Amino acid sequence: MTMRNNTDAAGADVAQAETACVNETWRAWLLSDQPHSRTQARLGCFYRTWAAFLENRLAVFGLAIVLGLVLMATFADVLAPTSPVVGGDLRTERLLPPSAAHWFGTDDQARDLFSRIVHGARLTLLVVALVALIATPIGLLVGTVAGYFGGLIDQALMRVTDIFLAFPRLILALAFVAALGPGIENAILAIAITSWPPYARIARAETLTIRNADYINAVRLQGASSLRIIWGHIVPLCISSVIIRVTLDMAGIILTAAGLGFLGLGAQPPLPEWGAMVASGRRYLIDYWWVATVPGIAIFVVSLGFNLLGDGLRDVFDPKAQK
Amino acid sequence: MTGTMAETASKAMIEVDDLHVTFGRGPRATHAVRGVGFRVAAGESYGLVGESGSGKSTVLRALAGLVEGWRGRMTVAGRVLGPRREAAFYKLVQMVFQDPYGSLHPRHTVERILSEPVAIHRLGAADRRIEQALGDVGLGPQFRYRYPHQLSGGQRQRVAIARALILEPKILLLDEPTSALDVSIQAEVLNLLARLKRERGLTYILVSHNLAVVAHMCTRLAVMNRGTIVEEMTVAQLRRGAPRHPYTKQLLTASRGYDRTAVDAFIDFAEAEAGSIART
Amino acid sequence: MTTDTALLEVEDLHVTFPARTGTVAAVRGVSFTLGREKLGLVGESGSGKSITGRAILRLVPPPGQVRARRLVFDGCDLQALDARAMRAIRGERISMVMQDPKFSLNPVMTVGEQIAEAYRVHHRAGRREARRRALEMLAAVRIRDPERVYDAYPHEVSGGMGQRAMIAMMLIPGPDLLIADEPTSALDVTVQMQVLAILDDLVSERGMGLIFISHDLNLVASFCDRVLIMYGGRIVEVCDAQHLHEARHPYTRGLLNCLPRIDGDGRALPVLRRDPAWLAPARTAAARTP
Repeated sequence: MTMRNNTDAAGADVAQAETACVNETWRAWLLSDQPHSRTQARLGCFYRTWAAFLENRLAVFGLAIVLGLVLMATFADVLAPTSPVVGGDLRTERLLPPSAAHWFGTDDQARDLFSRIVHGARLTLLVVALVALIATPIGLLVGTVAGYFGGLIDQALMRVTDIFLAFPRLILALAFVAALGPGIENAILAIAITSWPPYARIARAETLTIRNADYINAVRLQGASSLRIIWGHIVPLCISSVIIRVTLDMAGIILTAAGLGFLGLGAQPPLPEWGAMVASGRRYLIDYWWVATVPGIAIFVVSLGFNLLGDGLRDVFDPKAQK
Repeated sequence: MTGTMAETASKAMIEVDDLHVTFGRGPRATHAVRGVGFRVAAGESYGLVGESGSGKSTVLRALAGLVEGWRGRMTVAGRVLGPRREAAFYKLVQMVFQDPYGSLHPRHTVERILSEPVAIHRLGAADRRIEQALGDVGLGPQFRYRYPHQLSGGQRQRVAIARALILEPKILLLDEPTSALDVSIQAEVLNLLARLKRERGLTYILVSHNLAVVAHMCTRLAVMNRGTIVEEMTVAQLRRGAPRHPYTKQLLTASRGYDRTAVDAFIDFAEAEAGSIART
Repeated sequence: MTTDTALLEVEDLHVTFPARTGTVAAVRGVSFTLGREKLGLVGESGSGKSITGRAILRLVPPPGQVRARRLVFDGCDLQALDARAMRAIRGERISMVMQDPKFSLNPVMTVGEQIAEAYRVHHRAGRREARRRALEMLAAVRIRDPERVYDAYPHEVSGGMGQRAMIAMMLIPGPDLLIADEPTSALDVTVQMQVLAILDDLVSERGMGLIFISHDLNLVASFCDRVLIMYGGRIVEVCDAQHLHEARHPYTRGLLNCLPRIDGDGRALPVLRRDPAWLAPARTAAARTP
């Protein structure tokens, strides 16, 4: 009996050792100084960056928050106990404090706040993702083109950028929404239109420093077209600093979206948008504090998550910031 | 003597006449190159020597088409160069840069760096060409998928040379190709360049501040100071200690090592024109 | 040089840096003594020559670890000093000149102010006195127009001028030992010679000791009195500068041979073949060089 136990244990040990060994070979393969293919070289580079990122605890915490947001948005239907828009019994279930039945309490329409927060994650994520997808390419394109060509093209593009930069973001977004009409889609569009100028600035500054580098001269000397140089050689170098900036801006974007929602110009009721939830909860702030506070905390936590993630990315990608 | 000169001129691979390069405009403009002219025969190695600010690298960059705002006449293989270069020029002329740490794209693997020229000129058979180019510069296939930060300075310079050679040019412009390398690595790279020249009949223009490197690699050289060529001579003349211009003499003395008594006689040629020369 | 006049004694100096796997030794058991002379420290990149210079001044960047059996400067044990005493030694008694003046000078202070400041840190003197001294020092490093350079910012002066100003700043407290780490590598060859002449004169006039760190064998041979050749964190050979061309160690020989020469014949240069045995402990290397 004991012997069998021993062999079992030994077997487990061997299995464990084997997995460790496999892990080790993977690691060695990834960290190899002599990659045998493009993919291996790329994965190795990615793995090194990932390992450096993992050393930053706060950044990993930020990533966990952002991943949590993504999971919450994906599985909102499963996670939320009730519908986010249809309330319960208005006579007995209005403005209930947090309890076992309603974790975050209920609002003035007798809707479960937890369900609304969970579904609100979808809206927040939608805003964040769409703004990033619209604003980042515009900023990159404008910035790299202006920086690479210089002269009149640079002047023209940068003056347009300056005009956009001259207005505070929320004000400009307000103007756009006022013109286009309130609604979540228009809010996203307005935020995207107002958030690309800083990215263009960053991309241009980066382009200016690398435009005259010898590796750019070298491809120029091989007869590469401007498009090839910008897309294949300059953009890959600008993209990391722009991504860092976009990540750090996410908090601001969420707040702007929430601000528009709060002012009634973003998501329209009954959509569970966090900013709008704060707005509708502020009437009961003194007596029923949770109605406005819980979505406020959600906004805060997600903003913090993006900020920490952005800081971590900067530490990994930007060698200039390293000590 | 005149006969050989005429002969060289008729077979000249590169001709530069009265080249001027000005950076900037208005009162802040700097006249970096002032009326430089020289001829390089096919298969020759020509050295451009000078100190920083002498305009030697600018001449090379103007020839390569990396500098705007030049005046004068430049011909390569009988064709007059305009303000813009066409694709055929890049297949004829390539360049190796000084700083091996700055001349390779930091986010591209060696393979990507070498496949770029093949893709631009649609040469095809990229795999074979890359393997061949790496072999030619003495790097094994294990270097193919490395990033520049995984290479030493000498290995990077070899990759830069491979990149220049992959288009099979006839002319290589070398801008201080070894000044950032350790002397033992410098010897390897110089030997490599000499071998490639022998094997492929390349024409070199070598820019350097190091007289010894130029004397080792070239047959003729021009000494530049403040944007002009002060003296042109053969390396044999240089070895005989025949330079006539005081600047060349001073450069030669300084290049032979430290000599306390010689230093006192040095004139500051960089600032000379305005002040001290006028005074003396 | 006999030991009783020794200015600096270094015995068994080790510098290690922690790495992901164990530690990396940058300097492995370097020993030498320095009198009031020009000592050359020659090697290729990664030989540990710069780190040796920095270790003496306790300027090895963290997380580097320095340890030595003896590290004595003018009768004073450098390892026993606290940070404050070390600061007092640094600058006043031992100075260091780095390779690139652009990075060593403060960009928002004029050149002259920085030199005057360096004087006032170590001497009790008024502004006017410090200014006078700084101008004198600028003249001593043969800057033709000291007043103009005094009021210039570092970006307004040329590389050679900046390096001279840097040397002036390092020399104004009147140190006994100057550690010059590639002080002229960024300069043109003629300017380089002029800067070396200044250092040379200061050593002979003030009786200063000089550690000259360089990769340029020929330069060191013509400039220094004695040369230490470093390889892989060790001293592989010590020779008189005049007799450097008769060096025995294969590494030194290899380095000398692979230099192109103005008078050479243009044939392929001999390539240095590195022998792993050169990295063997110092004792065997010492045994090989009598």
